[in-house]
Order: sequence, then C-alpha cells, then structure tokens
Amino acid sequence: MRYLMLLHGNQPPTPPPPDLMEAIMTLGEEATRAGVLLDTQGLAPSGAGGVRVELSGGRLSVTDGPFTETKEIISYAVYELRSRAEAVEWATRFVTLHRDLWAGWEGDCEIRRVFGPEDFGDQPPGAPGQQ
Amino acid sequence: MTRPASTHAAVEAVWRIESARLIAGLARFVGDVGLAEELAQDALVAALEQWPAEGVPANPGGWLMSTAKHRAIDQLRRRQNYQRKLAEVGRMLEHQPSGEPDPDDYLPDDLLRLVFIACHPVLRTEGRVALTLRLLGGLSTAEIARAFLVPEPTVGQRISRAKRTLREQDVRFELPPPADLPARLASVLEVVYLVFNEGYTATAGADWTRPELCADALRLARLLAGLLPDQPEVHGLLALLEIQASRLPARTGPDGAPVLLPDQDRRRWDRLLVRRGLAALDRVRTLGGDFGPYALQAAIAAAHAQAVTADETDWRRIAALYRVLVEVSPSPVAELNRAVAVGRANGPAAGLAVADALRGEKALARYPHLPAVRADLLEQLGRTAEAAAEFARAAELTANERERALFLARAEAATARPVD
Repeated sequence: MRYLMLLHGNQPPTPPPPDLMEAIMTLGEEATRAGVLLDTQGLAPSGAGGVRVELSGGRLSVTDGPFTETKEIISYAVYELRSRAEAVEWATRFVTLHRDLWAGWEGDCEIRRVFGPEDFGDQPPGAPGQQ
Repeated sequence: MTRPASTHAAVEAVWRIESARLIAGLARFVGDVGLAEELAQDALVAALEQWPAEGVPANPGGWLMSTAKHRAIDQLRRRQNYQRKLAEVGRMLEHQPSGEPDPDDYLPDDLLRLVFIACHPVLRTEGRVALTLRLLGGLSTAEIARAFLVPEPTVGQRISRAKRTLREQDVRFELPPPADLPARLASVLEVVYLVFNEGYTATAGADWTRPELCADALRLARLLAGLLPDQPEVHGLLALLEIQASRLPARTGPDGAPVLLPDQDRRRWDRLLVRRGLAALDRVRTLGGDFGPYALQAAIAAAHAQAVTADETDWRRIAALYRVLVEVSPSPVAELNRAVAVGRANGPAAGLAVADALRGEKALARYPHLPAVRADLLEQLGRTAEAAAEFARAAELTANERERALFLARAEAATARPVD
C-alpha cells in the first residue's frame, strides 16, 4: 500500500541544523535502499511563491502566500509499505530526528494512504458478482 | 522513549523493516541461515513480550540484534550438540571476513550474502521463493501461504526443507565466487520475477491480479538494485517490474475482469512507477546493458509506457526489440509475444505466420496464450470460426477464472461476428 507523508511544522527562526539534514539524508537513503521510499522532496515556504487557487461560493480566487492560519507543509514523502504500522514506524523515526537534533521544533507528520490497485477493480471477497 | 497504543503492530512493523538485516548479521555470526532465522524469531517473541510494557526501544534494530546474539550464546551452551555447534561457529569465524576490506570482496554485504543463499541453486524453485519472501521480504509463513494460495503447513515445509538442504549441502554464508556470479545472479532475478508474475497474472484462483505480491517483488528488486548497483540486469529487471506494475490500476475492470493492454485506460497508469521504471532503464543504458534479457523486456515495456494511446504504440520498435530478445534469450513465450508485435506492425497475416510456427512447440502445448494469440490474429483476418475455436481452447487451458471468462466472452463475440 502506498502512503503519502506530509511533514507540517512550525520552524524555529534559525536554519535547520546540518546534523539534522545529514540524519534525514541517511534515513532517506536507508528507506530507499530497503525499497520502500519512492519519492521525497522538500517544499519552499508558502511565503516564497506559494499560491492558492480557490473556489468558494461559486467564485474563483487566487491568493498569494504566506498562509499563516496553518502550520507550513515542509516536505512530502511517498512510501510503498505493507501496513499502516510500518508507515507509523518510518514517520516516527523521521519525527524523532527532529526532536533529537533541532531544539524547539514542533510539528507533525501526517500519514495518508494513497488509493492503489487494491482500490480499483477487484471487489472484496464475497462481494456480489464473484463466484 | 514512549509510544502510544498498538505496540503489537509496531513490533511487526519494526520486524518488517529490520528482519532481513537482523537475519543476515546473525547468519554471519552463527554461520547457519536456519539457525539465524530461529534466533531472530526468538528476539521477535521477546520484543512482543517486553515492548508493550517497556515501550519500543530507541534503537529497535539494535535491541533485536543484541537480544538475538545473547540467545545464540545461551542456546549454544544449552544444546546437547553444544560441541558440534561450537565447532561450526569456530569454523565460521575462521571463514568470516576480517575487519579489513578485502580487495577481492567485491560484494561486501551480509544482506547480499543472504540474497544469494535464499536463492541458492541447490534449492527447489518453490523453496527459493518461500525462503526469499521469508528472509528478505519479512513475510510470515501465513502471509506467503495467502499470497500463493497454498496451505500454511505447505509453506512451512518448503521453508524447513530449504533450510535443511542448505545445512546438509554445507552451503556457507558466503558470496558466490566471481566466476559463478552470472549464474547465481540469474537465479536471484528469476525468483523475484516469478514472485512478481504470480501477482501480475495469478496462475490460479478467483483474482486476476494480486497487487500486494507485485509490491513485495518490487520491494525486493529495489533492494537488489541498491545492493548490486553495477549489475545492469538488476536494473533491467527493476525497470521491467516498475513499468509493468504501473499498469496494475488499469489492468482490472470494475467487475474484477481482466483488461488487456490495448483496452486499458492509460490515464490510470501509475506515473510515479513509469518515471521510476524509465529512470532504471536509463541506468541500464549507462551501464551498457541494453541487450540483457530483462533490459530488452524493460525497453519493450517502456515503449508501451511512452505511448499515450494504444494507437500511438511504436509496434515496429517493439517487434524489433522482440527480434533481439528471442536472439539473446530464446524462449517460445517471447516468440509468441513477437508474433503479437509483428501482427500489429506488419499485419495479422505476418503475425499469424510467426504464431503458427510455434504450434508444434512442446513447452507451449498447454499454454493458454498460444491459442489466444492465434485466435486474436485469426479474428482480425476474418477467420471467425477458427478464432472462436481457438478462444475456446484458451479458455479450456487457463486455470485463472477471470481469464477463462475473458476468453469465453471473446469466443462468443467471434462467433457472433459476421464474416467479412
């Protein structure tokens, strides 16, 4: 099953410590070598060119960032895993690095399952239409 | 460090992530893959007992390893055959590579040793498959049994028989010597490909595909690509699997029926996997491995992936790639696929000529796709009665229920079609 992980956070005003960046790279390499991390990238802050195109009450609007009402989305990662618990484990390792290597950092890693082949076509066993 | 609820699931997740490295490290320590796996399982049981109360340790992999090593020493002390085992460990320690990197040790990795042992040619294919999924994929016996639709005790027997064979044949926890590498690597790639294919076109059962098994095979292929970055065929296989897997969302219709390549809604193809597959194929080219059998199949898959609609498919290129493939790696199945490509590139009569030449082929005597391909070409030629008979024959031969339904429907459609 595929999972999208979105890292949200309130960054301290300092740049991220090099040790954290190195640890994130190492964890990413480990997950890539294990064959589970398919894609990951960091995102520019919403204040640096972020835009929202919104439909509300039949009206389209285009709003420039920054979007202050929520935590920033800092990065995303796409994992292919066998279980939700596995996703929780990888996310825990990722967030733990932030706890250990960047004092004052607060945020969350949101895990969302991506619809996949298992959601298309085949019905669950016993569903109508199956022999 | 504390973690909330559901520790049991957390332990299993850690197991999935750490077990291959754990078993590989232990196998070097005790010199026996079977024993290493038992010790790793013991450590898992200990984790299931202790973590819910004490919390998941900060370094779960390290915890499992040190627990397993302590058990190894305890167990060796307790066992009646203590002396014999001790001698075995002693012997293995002698064979164990020293801390200094050996210039001849071109694949210096425990995980890689484990890969080559799990896929060792002394083992039967079914044993290799089960052992690979168990030791490297981190799957339980029950999960393997479900994946292959066989009873759990059967998988258990395959695994214990494979472990026994490794012990009896005194297979050392070593990398293959360079001269044996091509053959040993072929055996590894074959296992991964077999697992993928069972998920991609299930040979039996009610489901046409089993995507989870494809995902397991892909995970193994990606692991191999990391372990053997300079072997072009590893990247060739990876490219092939990534691209084939990209079609899974389009390969099954809403009612569970198979949807074949020409009829697939290509907008549902998984673009991330296509992109990864093309990147792996680039890597093959950089390594100069274009003419490897997996690389050629990947190039064919890539040609399909790059056609936005079925009509835009470059069938001439695909037919040419098949021509090279059957030269490099002769196989009646590849020749049959070539017949399809030639049929598209040069017309159904040319395709049928290639397919007809395979009719005496023993290996295809009970292969449902030979009559299915002939039927399709005959239908295009307006020879509808022969086409219907061949579709019916294909339906008779397949063990997959979904596929049978598809062939029967086409037989009926061919019969109903007026002769031009």
